[in-house]
Amino acid sequence: MVERSPCLGLCDQAPAAMVNDQALGSIPVGVPAAVIASKSLAKPAVVGGSLRHLTRRCGTGTTPVLATYVADGGYSALTKAIQQLTPAGVIAELKASGLVGRGGAAFPTGVKWESAANASGAEKYIVCNADESEPGTFKDRILMEDDPHAVLEGMLLAGYACGAQRGYLYVRAEYPHAQQRLAAAIAEAYAGGYLGSNLLGSKFCFEIELRSGAGAYICGEETALFESIEGKRGFPRVKPPFPTTAGLFGKPTVVNNVETLCNVPLIISAGAAAYRQHGTEKSPGSKLFCLSGDVARPGLYEVPFGVTLRTILDEMAGGVSGGTLQAVLFGGAAGAFATAAHLDVRMTFEDLRKADLPLGSGVVMVFNHTRNLRTVLEGLAHFFAEESCGKCYPCQLGTVRQHEILTRVAAGHARAGDSQLLSDVGWTMLDASLCGLGQTAATATLSAIKLWPELFAANGKAQPAHTP
Amino acid sequence: MPATVTLEIDGQPITVPTGTTLLNAAALAGAMVPTICYHEHCTANALCRLCVVEVEGARVLAPACVATAAEGMRVHTRNERVERSRRTILELLHSATDISEAPEIQLQLDDYHANRERFGNCEQREPEIIDDNPMFIRDYSKCILCWRCVQVCAADAQFTYAINFSGRGFETSISTFFEQSLTESSCVFCGQCVGVCPTGALKPKREWLLEQGQAPADVLAATRGPGKKQRARK
Repeated sequence: MVERSPCLGLCDQAPAAMVNDQALGSIPVGVPAAVIASKSLAKPAVVGGSLRHLTRRCGTGTTPVLATYVADGGYSALTKAIQQLTPAGVIAELKASGLVGRGGAAFPTGVKWESAANASGAEKYIVCNADESEPGTFKDRILMEDDPHAVLEGMLLAGYACGAQRGYLYVRAEYPHAQQRLAAAIAEAYAGGYLGSNLLGSKFCFEIELRSGAGAYICGEETALFESIEGKRGFPRVKPPFPTTAGLFGKPTVVNNVETLCNVPLIISAGAAAYRQHGTEKSPGSKLFCLSGDVARPGLYEVPFGVTLRTILDEMAGGVSGGTLQAVLFGGAAGAFATAAHLDVRMTFEDLRKADLPLGSGVVMVFNHTRNLRTVLEGLAHFFAEESCGKCYPCQLGTVRQHEILTRVAAGHARAGDSQLLSDVGWTMLDASLCGLGQTAATATLSAIKLWPELFAANGKAQPAHTP
Repeated sequence: MPATVTLEIDGQPITVPTGTTLLNAAALAGAMVPTICYHEHCTANALCRLCVVEVEGARVLAPACVATAAEGMRVHTRNERVERSRRTILELLHSATDISEAPEIQLQLDDYHANRERFGNCEQREPEIIDDNPMFIRDYSKCILCWRCVQVCAADAQFTYAINFSGRGFETSISTFFEQSLTESSCVFCGQCVGVCPTGALKPKREWLLEQGQAPADVLAATRGPGKKQRARK
């Protein structure tokens, strides 16, 4: 039986399918299901870029076992932290490094850890948010599949620094392969003395439990993720209280993205000063970008902060394929559109903010001139209408209305005032929604209205493609 | 922590006890912030977002029912940005559900000059009336998902947990477990849910039958238990 699938996190290998829990990518269009099912595993992901720190073990087609990881310097950051640094020392190093969260919100990681470390109560948790569900994102999947011990080491360091005894690794259901590799790595770490009690001869004890999502995008929102781990329906919570004071099971919790945690061992090993040698003053270190869509070499690219979009797109990913550049969707479905005019924007938090573009989770989805942007917008709107949890009114109702309007726009039946209607619905979702899902459900639409107002004109013909 | 905080609401300075919500602080300052889901005896969940206000310096609007007053805060309870959100939320709600029996919301629609036809012909929530017990009917085409019924059934009052949510997003609805009838559920027919429903989605059976045009005698016959003996007077 073949079913239409939601996002599989395989945008780098589209068109993709999941066959009996095996991910298959780059399937030629028109191939019968039976043939797809008989295919062997997907090719290893394309991993490139001008810097290979986070991704140095990725893209090889093999997953390092514990011995390989240790021989390659793995768990040396943990050893260093436990033997040479106090928990406060780890946090100080992290704050000095300037690391900010890579899940999309860019919150300073050291500040978050410090807040949890200072929170009252002996019971604390570390949660790794591996519910990577943003369309166009696949960086965390590659990190988990190709370097699972680095994720565990990041969590261990967080546990040591914050005084937590337990970590939860929440992986989306669409990543069975990553789950298997992480489960194997966790078992190895327990057997090798890197998880459990009195680690490396110290008093530090840490357990990690692997949890699977069940296919809901909302469960990537940190508080909905807590609800899910607690066995409840994935509704986001009202903040404050923030997770660092009252998170999972009501206890102080640090919740970090996979890529964020993978940065931590690098920072502790090499020191903040060495980490800061790459990137810019305000955006130190490296960043993973997920290139997909109409590019010659879709894949995962690691670059220091500060390179331009042009460098990533043309020099690394081989440029636009199938035509000329029409648009780039930045940050995923919850992101915004850019055009050729943005090619020289430097990829840093500060430059992107100035250009009104979100870095988000590092999605760079490219559309060539033959793509119909109205259809693209309709697809994005469908995604949010499907994934809204239904808790707050703006998102519960607004995502459906946005989808209805964009459906008629895509069909060439835009009505007078639809642009204004989309703006009102969009700004209301952005301004008044309870969580990040609703607050970003219209950012792509709003950016398209700004860039291409003619797309939404009444009686606008449904053109096969929009030519800028 | 100091006992009071001083903030500015619509340009007017006001001092309130620490922990006061912006909704209550605004009321003290004489500013009426509209609400839909909020009920003073239920846990506030910030669902309807009609109570959003602008707090200077904040990225997004703040729900006044749960956001607390802080020292030096400058709050605007009704400016253009706030009005756009409130008006659009009311228009969205009107487009999806039957709020004809919610007079307070009708007044809010007028107050914010909401266009009742803004979304034209669009998908509505029109589930069938559930008439599965002799006490009350459930007409979820009128349900605005304010959560009050679920909350009074649970930890806000009754601790019965007979009803909860099913579906997601636009398809979210209030339901019993596996949609079994209320008589098969843990419902004790306390009526708390009917009491807090603001839109007539939950309605006493007799009231509903009378509205359908049934004669009072027929209504009584249809809703009274059989063979109930009168206790003899002593």
